[in-house]
This record gives sequence, C-alpha cells and structure tokens, in this order.
Amino acid sequence: MAVIASTPPSSTDTSAWSRWANNHRKWLFAAPAMVFVGALIIFPLAWTLYLSLTDAEGSVRAESEFIGFANYLEVLSDTDRFWPAVLRTFGFTGVALFFEVVLGMAVALLLWRPFRGEKWVRVAILMPLVATPVAVGMMWRLIFDPNIGMANQLLGWFGIGPQPWLAGQHSALPTTIFIDVWQWTPMVVLILLAGLTSLSNEPDEAARVDGANAWQRFRHITLPLLMPTVIVAILLRGIDALKTFDILYATKGRGGGSFHEVETLNVYAYGLSFDYNEYGVSSTVLIIFFLIIIGSMWALTSRRKKGAR
Amino acid sequence: MARRTRRTPYKVFRAVALALVVVSLLAPLVWMVAASFKTNVDIYDTSKAFAFTPVLENYTKVLDQANYFQFIGNSLWVAFAATVLSLILGVPAAYSMSRFNMRKSALVVLMARVIPGVSLLVPWYYVFSNLKLVGGFSVLILSHMFVSLPLVVYIMMGFFDGLPLELEESALVDGLTHIGAFRRITLPLSAPGIATAGILSFIFSWNNFMFALVLSGADTKTLPVAIFDFVGYASIDWGGLMAASTVVTLPIMVIALFVQKYVVSGLTAGATKG
Repeated sequence: MAVIASTPPSSTDTSAWSRWANNHRKWLFAAPAMVFVGALIIFPLAWTLYLSLTDAEGSVRAESEFIGFANYLEVLSDTDRFWPAVLRTFGFTGVALFFEVVLGMAVALLLWRPFRGEKWVRVAILMPLVATPVAVGMMWRLIFDPNIGMANQLLGWFGIGPQPWLAGQHSALPTTIFIDVWQWTPMVVLILLAGLTSLSNEPDEAARVDGANAWQRFRHITLPLLMPTVIVAILLRGIDALKTFDILYATKGRGGGSFHEVETLNVYAYGLSFDYNEYGVSSTVLIIFFLIIIGSMWALTSRRKKGAR
Repeated sequence: MARRTRRTPYKVFRAVALALVVVSLLAPLVWMVAASFKTNVDIYDTSKAFAFTPVLENYTKVLDQANYFQFIGNSLWVAFAATVLSLILGVPAAYSMSRFNMRKSALVVLMARVIPGVSLLVPWYYVFSNLKLVGGFSVLILSHMFVSLPLVVYIMMGFFDGLPLELEESALVDGLTHIGAFRRITLPLSAPGIATAGILSFIFSWNNFMFALVLSGADTKTLPVAIFDFVGYASIDWGGLMAASTVVTLPIMVIALFVQKYVVSGLTAGATKG
C-alpha cells in the first residue's frame, strides 16, 4: 500500500469515485453476490419458517392463520406418509452412498497408475455425470420396463425370470438407487482420483520395500492418507443424494408412484407444495428436512475434524 | 522401478475390470440413442433389440410437432443468461472472498448448495406469482442462478487461492490501482478458471429440472421439463421419449467431451484441499 502512495498515480485514477472504489473493493466485489444469494436464501427460509406455523393452503393469495406448532405435531405424528418418507430418504442416501464410495474407490484405484487407453476410460466416466438426470431417468425407465426392457432380456439369457424393477412395490426404491449409483459413482471416482494423484508416493514405496502386500498398503497407507478426500466425497454426494428429485420424478412420477414407493422427503415436500398446495404442512416438512441435512453435515464434519487430529 | 514390473495377472484383471466399467457406463446411453432411431413397433418387439432399421420419425416428431426448437432455444437462453450473470456477480465476489479471506461470507453463498430446492420454490412461488412473473424468463433465470452462482464462487475461490499475489503486487508498483490490477492482470490470468466455472454452470443450468418444472410456462419450458410431453397417463411414446432424451443430453455430452479437462477440474474443485 505504501508503495502505491509514493508512486505518482495517473490522473484518471485519482478521481474520487475511483479512490473510493479501490478502498472499498472488498465489499464492492463481494456484496452483490452476497446480497443476491442472501436475499434469495434468507428471505425464503424465514418465509418457510413462518409458513410452517400457519395453516396456509390452496391459493397463494388465500388468507392464512397463525396456528403455532400444530403443523409440527401433525407432521411428526404422521406415520402414514412422513415417517416412511424419512426412512426412504435415509435408506436411499445410505445405500447409494455405500455403493458409490466402495465402487468409486475401486475404480479410482484401477485408474490410479497410468496405462494405455486411460483417456477412453476417463471419457466414459464423464458421460453419466454430465447427462441430464431427467433423461437418465427416462432412459432407465425403458431399460427397466418389465415387458420390453433390456434388463429383463439380459436376465433371460442367464435363465433368470423377469423382474418388476421400477414397477414393483418393493423393487422400485432399490432400482432408483441403482440408477443413482450408475450416474454418480463417476463423481466419487473423479474426486478420489484427484485425491490419489495428490498423494506422495513415498509412504507407499517405503511400505513396499518393507514387504507389505497390496491390500496392507491400501488399508494402512493409502486409505488413511486419502480419508479427508473420502469424507469430502461423502459430504458432497450425501447432500445431493438426500435431495434427489429428478430421477425419482422421472421414473415414478408424482408422489413417488401410486403406493409412494420412492417418496422421499424431497418428493413428499414437492407434492405437498405443488400438487396439493398444502403450503403450511409442506413448509413444516421442509424445515425438518433442512434440519436433517444440516444435522447430517454437522455430524460428518465434526467426525472429520476428530479424524484430522 | 518396482512399479514397471507389475505382474501380468494384475494387468489382465485391470483391463477386464475397466472394460466392464466402460461398458456398464456407456451401454445404457448407447441403448437410449439406439431406441431413438427405432419405430415404436420395433421397440415393443424384443427380437428386434439389435437388428432394426433405423428411422428418423421420432426426431421429426420431436423437432417438428413437439415444438422442440423452441424448447432448445429456451434452454440455451436460460443457461446462457444464468451463466453470464453468475460470472459477473460471482467472479469478483470469489476474488474478494479469496484475497480477504472472507470464509464466513463464502459460507453464506455456499449454503445455497445445501438448501433443498423445494424450500426456496415455495416462497419464490408465493412472491413471483403475486407479481405475475411466474412463467416468464426473468424468474427462471434468477432461479437457475441459484444453482450456478454458488458453483462459480466455489470454483473461482479455489482458483484465486492458487493464483500468486506477486503479479498483482508488481502491477501495483507499476502504478495500477487495485481494481485496475484485478481487471488487467488477474482477470486475464483467470481465463482457465472462468472457463471451468462457466462450463460447469452452463451444464448444471441446462440439466436443472425442478426449478423450471414449477416456474416455467408453456412458452418458456426448458428441455428437461419438455421431455414429459412424451409421457402420457395411459401410455408412453417410447420412441419420441428416447429421441427427446437424446436431444437434451447428447449436446451436453459432446460439449463435455471437448472441454473434458475443465469439466473434471470443476467437478473436483476444492476436493483435495480437505
């Protein structure tokens, strides 16, 4: 700063506005984005919180009354739609995350060391990631169609009878998990691969010299070093998996299917809001959902800090 | 040295495993594109799974009758506008947040990544339908910025963190103001970062479904919403549906092919810093 003051600035740079702008550039740069996001987040969140305490429903112009925590009592005692949706949300996220991290780790390790044709594998890995989720849902909907789908034809070649897949009351959720794993395992691969590439070779080499086998080196050298990246991958994927909507809506339609087979919290809240216009109740579900997401993130990051120590 | 002498069984295992990975990732996509060239009769006839005569009728249906050129235009316009506006707002913000170490402020912007979309949509819908803006482009672009702005800030912050301060400092010595140094030195140097952020923001906006589902009107529909035109209550026009899905997703996959490096660096931004 002192250097600037001593150099003679050009005449255009000394205008009052320019000096003011330079002195306040920190907030001048940051404020527009923050105001934009802040206004579009904080205001909606506050409104959602307010709506959750009212009986708002029907038209957006309709009068609503303040009813305290009645919605929360109603939602939390709803074992018909709400709690099954909570279970499905956690089931979906947990199982999908498990497979994505395990498969993602396996593929990342396979890709770790350079080899011929690596480029093609990387291209293949990128494709599901950038594909439009709704289109991906439709694509699998055809493949998993019980009558004309390729999946059942494939099983037929191995002598296995046709499965209902998305059409089955109990197989729909696992099938959507499969679709999520297909689309997002590549994301985990990319993140873990970036982590692996940034690791130093030395500990691995040292262990090799000491005679550790591949599994021992992975378990005791690579995995602990990679753990922070694994947590990041789990965090990023976990947040998105909790909020999964597109593929569920594309494959099963409104309400997560006629028996709500794949109705997660997000799908439930969407249906309450825009199919039934139950804004008060849906806001309550959303506030609870939001707390669940924050809570899971907090649990993960606090474990991450403990692990770093 | 030890690495060079990897045993052959491992190499074979790796080749087989990776071939399996590639096939399972690409085969479904190929299947979708193939089905888009089949007549509905052929799609229903499983014996013609591989041997079929390709036809263009699904694409004429999608592009001519279903008005898809308009939806392609809508999608392009919304994704483009949201991306440009996000870059204009997001790049300077990320610069400040990186240089002045405003981690708490950055958290506000990154919160947008955590909040469920529906909880934003309900209040937005309340406000914007009272302002009679639902169904117009402005609200749609605004909502898509909500996806792209945090992405831009996140990617650019990581980029600026890695950009050495010395260049800016020497520009200051040469008599440039701080803002001048940002404009003439930092911004040109950030071109790769801005490209990464822009591409990612475009892809995510193009693929976004939920915001457009609620906020778009018949004339402003984007492609992911328009896909549902081929799903009826009673039956599905599979050929048309697969052609529509291909029209949405193939362009974005082709673009990603060409700018692969940027897409990968954007998707993994910040992941290794922990």
